[in-house]
Amino acid sequence: MPVQDYEVVIGLEVHAELKTNSKIFCSCTTEFGGEQNTHVCPVCLGLPGVLPVLNKQVVEFAVMTGLALNCKIAEFSKFDRKNYYYPDLPKNYQVSQYDLPIAEHGYLEITVNDEHKRIGITRVHMEEDAGKLVHAGATISQSDYSLVDYNRTGVPLVEIVSEPDLRSPEEAKAYLEKLKAILQYTEVSDCKMEEGSLRCDANISLRHWGAKEFGTKTELKNMNSFKALQRAVEYEIERQAQILDEGGRIVQETRTWDDNKGVSLSLRSKEEAHDYRYFPEPDLVPLVIDREWVDRVKAGLPELPDARQKRYVEQLGLPEYDAMVITGSKAMAEFFEACLEHYRDAKAISNWVMGELSRLLNAHGMEITESRVKPRDLAKMLQLLEQGTISSKIAKTVFEEVFATGKDPEAIVREKGLVQISDEGAIGAIVDKIVEANPQSVADFKAGKDRAVGFLVGQVMKETKGKANPGLVNKLLLERLHKN
Amino acid sequence: MITKKDVEHVALLARLELSEAEKEKFTEQLNAILEYADALKKLDTTNVQPTAHPLPINNVFREDVARPGIANEDALANAPEQEDGFFKVPKIV
Amino acid sequence: MTLHKLTAHEAHELLIKKEVSSVELIQAVLDRIDAVEGRVKAFVSITRDEALAKAKEVDARIKAGEAIGPLAGVPMVLKDNMCTKGIKTTCSSKILHNFVPPYNATVVEKLAAAGAVVVGKANLDEFAMGSSTENSGFFATRNPWNTEAVPGGSSGGSAASVAAGEAIYSLGSDTGGSIRQPASFCGVVGLKPTYGYVSRYGLIAFASSLDQIGPFTKDVRDSAQVMNVIAGHDPKDSTSAPVEVPDFTKFLTGDIKGLKIGIPKEYFVDGMEPGVEAAVKGAIAKLQELGAVVEECSLPHTEYALPVYYLIAPAEASSNLARYDGVRYGYRHEEAEDIISMYKKTRSEGFGAEVKRRIMLGTYALSSGYYDAYYLKALKVRTLIKDDFDKAFEKFDVLLSPTAPSTAFRFGEKADNPIQMYLSDIFTMSVNLAGIPGISIPCGFSNGMPVGLQLMGKAFDEGTLFRVAHAFEQSSDYHQARANL
Repeated sequence: MPVQDYEVVIGLEVHAELKTNSKIFCSCTTEFGGEQNTHVCPVCLGLPGVLPVLNKQVVEFAVMTGLALNCKIAEFSKFDRKNYYYPDLPKNYQVSQYDLPIAEHGYLEITVNDEHKRIGITRVHMEEDAGKLVHAGATISQSDYSLVDYNRTGVPLVEIVSEPDLRSPEEAKAYLEKLKAILQYTEVSDCKMEEGSLRCDANISLRHWGAKEFGTKTELKNMNSFKALQRAVEYEIERQAQILDEGGRIVQETRTWDDNKGVSLSLRSKEEAHDYRYFPEPDLVPLVIDREWVDRVKAGLPELPDARQKRYVEQLGLPEYDAMVITGSKAMAEFFEACLEHYRDAKAISNWVMGELSRLLNAHGMEITESRVKPRDLAKMLQLLEQGTISSKIAKTVFEEVFATGKDPEAIVREKGLVQISDEGAIGAIVDKIVEANPQSVADFKAGKDRAVGFLVGQVMKETKGKANPGLVNKLLLERLHKN
Repeated sequence: MITKKDVEHVALLARLELSEAEKEKFTEQLNAILEYADALKKLDTTNVQPTAHPLPINNVFREDVARPGIANEDALANAPEQEDGFFKVPKIV
Repeated sequence: MTLHKLTAHEAHELLIKKEVSSVELIQAVLDRIDAVEGRVKAFVSITRDEALAKAKEVDARIKAGEAIGPLAGVPMVLKDNMCTKGIKTTCSSKILHNFVPPYNATVVEKLAAAGAVVVGKANLDEFAMGSSTENSGFFATRNPWNTEAVPGGSSGGSAASVAAGEAIYSLGSDTGGSIRQPASFCGVVGLKPTYGYVSRYGLIAFASSLDQIGPFTKDVRDSAQVMNVIAGHDPKDSTSAPVEVPDFTKFLTGDIKGLKIGIPKEYFVDGMEPGVEAAVKGAIAKLQELGAVVEECSLPHTEYALPVYYLIAPAEASSNLARYDGVRYGYRHEEAEDIISMYKKTRSEGFGAEVKRRIMLGTYALSSGYYDAYYLKALKVRTLIKDDFDKAFEKFDVLLSPTAPSTAFRFGEKADNPIQMYLSDIFTMSVNLAGIPGISIPCGFSNGMPVGLQLMGKAFDEGTLFRVAHAFEQSSDYHQARANL
């Protein structure tokens, strides 16, 4: 049976590192990078005798995350120990939340192929991150030994678990994109997948259409980009479909995605016995979050992507699609709004932001926040375009220059002499020259071949290095041709 | 009733390697202790809240202020094996 | 003058009168250690040089006319499960035999600020698991009253060092009776404070919801004075109570007229050593003579304390002790091929039998399928035990019992029977489960060995315990008896 004969069921577990100054249970910095084992102290190294003390900002951020995801915030919540042995875990237990997480029962909305869909959020909980292993060989299994760096140990995380509501790799990607946008809007996380501050695991199963029971799921780990997520999920669906087609059974297991090879591999270990033996963390006291606290955080919530998207459509008249793309990234929306302060045509701005700017950023592998283009520059350039000072063709040249150098567009236009030629006399002279030099085209025109006009306009533009006002060129050329 | 097999499973969870003699002895001793624990079963605790903490304290926090930790050499001072500022461990899988 | 026999408050008097220097005091205690340690074996490490250096500092302060606190310049001992920066801290375990902490426990910081002089680190049952100090990974400590007998445990080294004059006072930790029972066996005063009164930061955890640090002293006044220094809120310990600490010596009035003392009937069991029962009954009569109102009462869930304790404490311990894996500190088995076998060999070779037994028990109690029946059930019965005390304290100011059902037993007597060993803490572990304070004071002798009287109080009401204990002490001379070594 082909893949289409199965319904795909996906749930995502997303870990986001919270943007605090210090770790969740000690005062070590959370800064990324740093020499190995230098952002550590007795507490995060799990030395004998140390005790954790909860960073209040972690709770603030977790409550904010819960509220932004439409969750109910637990009045009473606690931390538990998750017990398992791994060398990146200094205490051989992870302090996490088990049966009483800080937030539950939320949702977020995604749009795929113009269809809106609500995806349930099961829970949001707080926990500590583990350290980092460096393997001596190319992979963990090829290494004779490994090295451990505990800098990341104790960096605060929120884990956000979705309901198994996602039905395709596209929906999974859209969910993760929306979640990332929400976490960025609320400024609780940087969400840098490449630095590991946003990580995603997927639970995937297949079932026959109409079946009520879920199929056996596998858990997929180590997808470090949106593209990897989509590819990995696609691969896993194919893999499971093939097993089912051949009458096989899916083994419930954890698999890791190898993005280079484009395959997932089983992580089963022969001696692994999964029993986390959760129990209440006796070194931390319970959390009681009253109404007042929730209301205060709620009042401080920024405008979230959905609300902003709606505002862009209703108040700025942007098409739904533009509004969705622009609000999909907080940085892009902020750039867009900053442009609006200097230039009133929202659609013109969105065209350039979604078009040229995004194209150049992608080509250079840059984030909008790293771009040299300042909102004021884009606005200025749009003004030059609107005033007819530059042509739209020249505008692209100018914009590329702004992107490369960060220079003021007016200065670029002035220095490079890119001002549009709108002087009828000057253009007329060039038109005359071109017409005389191309008798064949003129003859073609007379013979009714309109294509010839395009060629002649092109020649004029070429002669003026694109600076001639195209409208004027058209008008004068036609006048000249009819005069002949 | 705990069996020797249970003892082996628990030993793996706890990362302990037990000799045959230890397995026998622990099987017997754990059973004896858990027999005592079975006395609890006769108590009705239906509406009793568990006490995980003896003191009724909630919401203990620290402010989010980063401070320097300890130097790399101090972090590694007790390490059985180290390399380039890392803790070194044998083959993982 | 035999300086090592002094109490801390007596030593303080001599220091401020400049009749003796701190260096002389320390030297006297070090000499005493040299004389008797071979027989007592209370110490894992002796910190001679550090102690003398610290004593010189205190002497300089005295000489400069500075006012010094009651513990300044007085030699003391720490149980070797409290972290001391730059000084080996072993928990009497092979697995931590070479561990040198890069930080100080909060109590160590507080004592240092008070000018206390640490002369050594005391032996204990490995990771504080035991009642005789026979479970030390290094050697057993002996009872100064009879070196054929155990000093009790787990803080056996701390108790024995004070009883032997190898320290003026010491600190121990008490998870199920580990201060009170050895205090009783060694004829000294031992206090288990209210949970949360003394910071646990830097105390190497056995069972986090039960552990509490407290003093061993030669009399009640010293106990109050040590508490004045070590008690108080610590921002590094989330379970530390945000309460004010009174001056505990203010409670030493000698007056207990009208004070209500409850005698829980469940604490007078069959099989109790007759001499213990007689000594405790004698103490009750004495307290009545002093004006206290004594009545029998009931703590109906007492019989469940042992199973509750032996589920909760090992469960927490199984997780607390997971970090000893040979990666970051301590012992490592060197020849393992992969990490799992390194973990298993390191832990199997590094831990002793009792520690392994409790890790196994705790791991089992938390494991899938048994959590509700064992661990959760134990937490619920813990609530019932706590409620018993709350109810009793509606009527009584303190409760009184023997500290242990017997005096110090002989080496090997209970070593092969875990449950017999566990039963020696039967009167003390409820106090830890309820989180309330308990003190053991000498109240007589049975067959030539000291007997301890336990007083249990309301949470954060150590003051009343001190008041009763002190009044009793004033009317007796048991606390002045010293072991003949």
